[in-house]
Amino acid sequence: MSLVNLHQVHKYYGDLHVLKGIDLDIKAGEVVSIIGKSGSGKSTLLRCINGLEEYQQGGITVDGNEVTTEDIQVRRLALSVGMIFQNFNLFPHMTVGENIMLAPTIVLKKSKAEAEEIARAMLLKVGLEEKFDSYPEKLSGGQQQRVAIARALAMSPKVLLCDEITSALDPELVGEVLKVLEQLAKEGMTLVLVTHEMNFARDVGSKVVFMHQGKVWEEGDSKTLLSDPQTDELKQFIGAVL
Amino acid sequence: MLYFSDLLQYSDTFLSGLRTTVELTVLTTILGVALGTTCAAIRQYGNTVSQRVVASYVELIRNTPFIVQLFFIFFGLPAIGMKLSPWEASIIALTINLGAYSTEIIRAGLGSISKGQVEAAKVLGLTFRQTLFRIIFIPAFEKIYPALVSQCIIVMLGSAVISQISVADLTYAANLVQSRNFRAFESYLVTALLYLGLSIILRFVLDAIGKRLFAYRAIK
Repeated sequence: MSLVNLHQVHKYYGDLHVLKGIDLDIKAGEVVSIIGKSGSGKSTLLRCINGLEEYQQGGITVDGNEVTTEDIQVRRLALSVGMIFQNFNLFPHMTVGENIMLAPTIVLKKSKAEAEEIARAMLLKVGLEEKFDSYPEKLSGGQQQRVAIARALAMSPKVLLCDEITSALDPELVGEVLKVLEQLAKEGMTLVLVTHEMNFARDVGSKVVFMHQGKVWEEGDSKTLLSDPQTDELKQFIGAVL
Repeated sequence: MLYFSDLLQYSDTFLSGLRTTVELTVLTTILGVALGTTCAAIRQYGNTVSQRVVASYVELIRNTPFIVQLFFIFFGLPAIGMKLSPWEASIIALTINLGAYSTEIIRAGLGSISKGQVEAAKVLGLTFRQTLFRIIFIPAFEKIYPALVSQCIIVMLGSAVISQISVADLTYAANLVQSRNFRAFESYLVTALLYLGLSIILRFVLDAIGKRLFAYRAIK
């Protein structure tokens, strides 16, 4: 059964046609890497899935519920879709623990003790249990991103959207974040990533979607697609990034 | 010759004036910043109509003299049936004055918060109200806090004008004393020093509040 389904999604920024009829089906437990040149619409696509961007035509469902940008829908969606950003977006005036406990307490109405238990468990998962009382600015980029992952996981989402989450990191910090993602993938978490990490897409991902000019240009099993691209555009893209 | 000792018999007058000024300052600082915060949030996140209403209010107050605003409220409004005591008129005038100036200051703070912070709160399921109060306000105020503190002090000093509608504040006390004993030099010098002291204390208190509010910056 599909967890995330996009049917003929069109998106315009004014006159600019950025998504031109996207069809995509993501099943629970899949790790889908969306690749493509900048401007190909991959981040926009991701942001449509959780209602951060409006789309003008077509339909998106997550876990059977239709996605719209209405506030109340976006909040309902937040219960099943987690998102991690390129710039971490941790809340600077809260400790790591408070960052993670915020949504479970005020959105899911869990008690403080319950939320703290969840927060500590999630921090353990990303290997930062000792940073519970630290403020985000005292952490490295890689650590901040792992906290952001823990914060998203604390809401027990069904699918995690990752928007170029290693792009703002120093090269030596990319590995620790990817390791966490790999662990999540092993545990069966559904991941949709916009990424430039081709090795990760090939080795950990189950499916790769190559976007070009606002369309899904080519998609398929990650190993097959990346080792045997069919279209010239994908061949060229792989040649350029590897 | 200077006769500061001539002021001693009026110490009660000065103290009572000082108390009035302090009470007025505390009240209008709280009310004015609350008004400014509300208007700034509307200006930044509200719909077009409410944004225009706030913008008009801000421009109206920032482009007219405070004493005219005060006289309008105290002497003008009774003509349309709104009779206010000098104290009420002063509170209202000072609050809308600080409200207008602080709107612009606080709005700059709200504008400095990245879209990413708001989006992160949104995808975690927070309502906009929760986002405003828990995510946006503290970092926003941190950015503009020194400017806001200065504005509060300016309004405190500007409150001297309310002596013109016979609110017995510190300036009123000075006027009264020097009209009785003609020691203008002594009276106004002492009053100036009292205002200076008030400014220092107000800044100290507001800075202490800021230190508490933004404690996360100091923690290493």
